[in-house]
Amino acid sequence: MSAAPAWRRSVRRWAPHPVLLVMAGLAVLIALLPLGYLLLRAGEAGADRIAAELLTARVGRLAARSLALAAVVTVACSVLGVATAFLVTRTDLPARRVFAVLAALPLAVPTYIAAFAWMSSVDGFAGFWASALVLILCCYPYTFLPVAATLQRADPAQEDVARSLGHDPWRTFRSVTLPQLRPAIAGGALLVALYVLSDFGAVALLRTDTFTRAVFTAFELGFDRTGALVLSTVLVVLTTVLLAGESLTRRRGARYAAVGSGARRPPVPARLGRWRRPAALLLAGVSALALGVPALNLTRRLIAGVSRPGSAGEIAEAAANSLTVSAAGAALTMLLALPIGLLAARAPGPPARGIERLSYLTHALPGVVIGLSLVFFGVHVAYPLYQTRWLLTLAYAALFLPLAVAAVSAATAHAPPVLDDVARSLGRSPLSAFATVTVPLITPGIAAGAALVFLTCMKELPATLLLRPTGMDTLATELWTHTSVAAYAAAAPYAALLVALSAIPAWFLAARSGALGHEGDR
Amino acid sequence: MTALTVTAAGKCYGAVTALADVRLSVPAGTLAAVLGPSGCGKTTLLRCIAGLERLDAGEIRVAGSVVAGPRLHVPAHRRRVALVPQEGALFPHLPVSGNVGYGLDRTARRSGRVDEVLALVGLDGYQHRMPHQLSGGQQQRVALARALAPRPRLILLDEPFSALDAGLRAELRQDVRAALRADGATAVLVTHDQAEALSLADQVAVMRDGAVVHDGSPADVYTVPADPWVANFVGDAMLLPGLVRAGRAHTALGEAPVHRGGADNGDRAVTVLLRPEQVRLAPPETPPSGQITGRVLRHDFHGHDSLTVVRLDDGTELRSRRLNDGSTITPGTAVRVSIHGTVRVWHAEERQAGGA
Repeated sequence: MSAAPAWRRSVRRWAPHPVLLVMAGLAVLIALLPLGYLLLRAGEAGADRIAAELLTARVGRLAARSLALAAVVTVACSVLGVATAFLVTRTDLPARRVFAVLAALPLAVPTYIAAFAWMSSVDGFAGFWASALVLILCCYPYTFLPVAATLQRADPAQEDVARSLGHDPWRTFRSVTLPQLRPAIAGGALLVALYVLSDFGAVALLRTDTFTRAVFTAFELGFDRTGALVLSTVLVVLTTVLLAGESLTRRRGARYAAVGSGARRPPVPARLGRWRRPAALLLAGVSALALGVPALNLTRRLIAGVSRPGSAGEIAEAAANSLTVSAAGAALTMLLALPIGLLAARAPGPPARGIERLSYLTHALPGVVIGLSLVFFGVHVAYPLYQTRWLLTLAYAALFLPLAVAAVSAATAHAPPVLDDVARSLGRSPLSAFATVTVPLITPGIAAGAALVFLTCMKELPATLLLRPTGMDTLATELWTHTSVAAYAAAAPYAALLVALSAIPAWFLAARSGALGHEGDR
Repeated sequence: MTALTVTAAGKCYGAVTALADVRLSVPAGTLAAVLGPSGCGKTTLLRCIAGLERLDAGEIRVAGSVVAGPRLHVPAHRRRVALVPQEGALFPHLPVSGNVGYGLDRTARRSGRVDEVLALVGLDGYQHRMPHQLSGGQQQRVALARALAPRPRLILLDEPFSALDAGLRAELRQDVRAALRADGATAVLVTHDQAEALSLADQVAVMRDGAVVHDGSPADVYTVPADPWVANFVGDAMLLPGLVRAGRAHTALGEAPVHRGGADNGDRAVTVLLRPEQVRLAPPETPPSGQITGRVLRHDFHGHDSLTVVRLDDGTELRSRRLNDGSTITPGTAVRVSIHGTVRVWHAEERQAGGA
């Protein structure tokens, strides 16, 4: 079926519903609260104080180390991700499907769990290169998934044309395939860089001094709160620079679906010949490091850990805490995301675009920064909330709102406005049309989004550490506490539970991206 | 009775005028086509009639009652004007029966109306299918049945056939027409396809730049178009300079009687509209009735008919269309040219008024 001509869409101007607009505006304000408060407080510190804090050799070293780590991990992830994606989608590699799943799975391993597994199996595993290795093994799915999805979707007819015009396979790859991959590679690489900058668990456990660890230490030791604030703002600035880079690489107005309606022919896989076995061995080796090491280690420690007396009660309590705060976090996040997502999908226009963009602003902010600014907010502005679960819930909402907004927008795409028009033309009031057409169509997508946010809250570490009420432990904080004092066996059950829970959203993301090669049943 | 009356309708989006003084009247039980190029405002008109957009000026009456006018806007769900959008837009979570019964209340749903309209569109027995199990044409049929079911005062069809392939389209068009007739429904069809409008509708309103420039029967729009632009839009048109004398047009091709207004006295300079099927070719040796000759430039064979391009001795190029009778004409052949039937002419001032 052909798409409606562009002018038809330009004829439609969707005046945003005022109630929806106000609700979306309020939601984004709540989500931006931590960031706004952080900037406000940093501004209050005064230019002299900021300069004194920033222009030190230590900040220089921190910045250099953070950026170097980001650069090393990003480059390695790009190479590893693109190579894996190409091998898995375009060659006659044995067991391609298995390797595709294996390459997506590291998303299920939170970096602090990978770090825990490595440091408890290798003596003296710490420092810059240790952090880099752990982060590379955890992050390469961020480049693998979008590149594999693009390769899966790209029309091989273009490559056929290039070949028919006399280009050899390598030249065809360079001149036709690679340019199509560039946005996916750039997007994935920026995700990796943002992730490395914001990662706290792995670098903290592996004692690599980056900005996030410095912010946390400065705050935890309690002697330098303003210092922590100012360091956070540097992190915000670095993140913003990267985000600006990301939006530059993204094509403008990329709100359209793929063109062309003809059935796509699957590409003829390239023959690896005598490289078939080495390539498979290489991928198996990467997966062994990324998944095998944590899995083996956890199993070993788990056997030792469960036998410890009294641990079952502690684990149950931590799990219950994790479940309740994560459920509250997911509920609040979805509640805030609903008006924003609906507005973006139903009334695209400058106000909706502005609000949606703002809601994405917190998406790259490190959990440490959100946590810290909410601590200050709690202490100075909303004291009744301080040391309650509500503040933690708010942190989750601020951190994961973009995830939820994306889910709501995607879900709303299943209920195009024309269905609403038809329902109204058949005599249903706007409310009745919403209830009988829009709601049934978007509910599955919204439920999936809520599940994703819920599981992401379960994994969250830095903001939880900073904001949890005294005495409340979750799976993630218990793991952290035990690992910090090298009680590896005690930490193992928490790690195992977290991995099991994280595997679900990872699988979900991989299946959604289409990288695993089964899009729908058609 | 008139099912739809649009009077002086106007609609602007910011600085862009989408509708300017639209007038349209559709008698009950008929099918009217609103025909126009992309961006002429026909979809906006449809959305205003449906109540999905507010009118800035003018008035819309449906079955005699005002639904849009100065400070009045009856919301879409109270107009009883049903919409059949492009590509059907079936509710994907409801089976065919659920889709068709959507606009009915509970008692009406039990009364067998769903089965009745499904039979009307030729889909009886499909009640329990889901939309994704239907072909594109079947989806359109369900969309029409869904619009027919609550017996609306008016049905609006928004380019409902444009997404289908040619063979399916022709068949579906006639079935839609038959279903609308059988149910006594009044419908407005919006389209940019002139063949669709001419073959299907009882009445064709040609729109340009937000205004209806010609409103009449399909034959009327084709043979006596309001202005040269309309003539070109609804079919292949050749415009020749000419002179009207005593009800006959004189052109480089000879003379022909003039439609209507033939009572003009005195010689007047006019523009003459010729359709390719009005241009007849004959071998030069047949007994003379006209002396105009030319040479064949090109002969395009289209199966059931063919198009011959001829250059006259004075340099004018003409297209002649005729049913395929087995004969062929080789390029370079000399032919005699004559006009068949009556022609539409515009006086110089008329043409300017219309063609602006």
